[in-house]
Amino acid sequence: MSENGKNIQCAEFQDQLPELIGSGADAGAHPHVQSCELCRALLADLETIAEAARQLFPVVDPPDELWEQIESAIKSEQQTSGTNEKG
Amino acid sequence: MPQTNSSAHPADPLPGGAGEALRGRLSAASPAASAAEGACAEAEALARAQAGDHQAFSQLYGLHKRRIYSLCLRMVGNIAEAEDLTQEAFLQLHRKIASFRGDSAFSTWLHRLAINVVLMRLRKKGLTQISLDEAMEPAGEERPGRSFGEQDPALSGAIDRMALQKAIDELPAGYRLIFVLHDIEGYEHNEIADMLECSIGNSKSQLHKARLKLRAALRIHPQGEGRR
Repeated sequence: MSENGKNIQCAEFQDQLPELIGSGADAGAHPHVQSCELCRALLADLETIAEAARQLFPVVDPPDELWEQIESAIKSEQQTSGTNEKG
Repeated sequence: MPQTNSSAHPADPLPGGAGEALRGRLSAASPAASAAEGACAEAEALARAQAGDHQAFSQLYGLHKRRIYSLCLRMVGNIAEAEDLTQEAFLQLHRKIASFRGDSAFSTWLHRLAINVVLMRLRKKGLTQISLDEAMEPAGEERPGRSFGEQDPALSGAIDRMALQKAIDELPAGYRLIFVLHDIEGYEHNEIADMLECSIGNSKSQLHKARLKLRAALRIHPQGEGRR
């Protein structure tokens, strides 16, 4: 491994990426990124994907009949536990 | 831990009609007043549901069904299964609601309960085990630099929503799970590691691989191709 991180290969840098990104460090400030267009593009893509995904999923309503099913299951459980208690 | 939209602390119901009085004081239709009113309504419904009031429980369902159903849908990517998991989550809630002590916001507690329901289901299917095995694959297999080249441009910056949605839907279950928990739901790696009973390093590694898979999928299906 290079001492200053400037001359490490892409593969080596990318092996370090999960830890680098996961730790919240500024991966874009890494010396290798400063000098490597490919890894700079990789980082930019990963950030774009994460950002786009955050805005992707709408909050949606479940179907109306789901509550009826839940209600029915609750009643069924209560009847079962009531029967067991009597027994 | 991420705070949910309705995160005003509903732990203890306001005594002696104080909620009613507070609602009166906040009757101006400002967003803050509406939020406070919603929190009061939830706190009152929660207290009554904990005492066994079925009507109050249905009120809590009404308040939280969208977030819980949406969460399940994101995690499993299948409508029928999401409905089933939502049902199971609210059944669990019904069984455990009396044990809620208000150490966290009720919405956060319920959110975590629902995640556990989904994880239990995935464990039964053996999917989280698969995901851990995937994480042990040699890193070189998924290293993106291998495919880099002058004819292999980066994403253009704007991502087609349909293409991204499709790519997420097609992620292996384990990768999808961690991606949703971290990038969508906002959980930290230590929390995910705790939920999935894996190491923090594993969580980071799997999230990274998930993002690389998405990137690869989006490069194969660039903007517009995901739209049908």
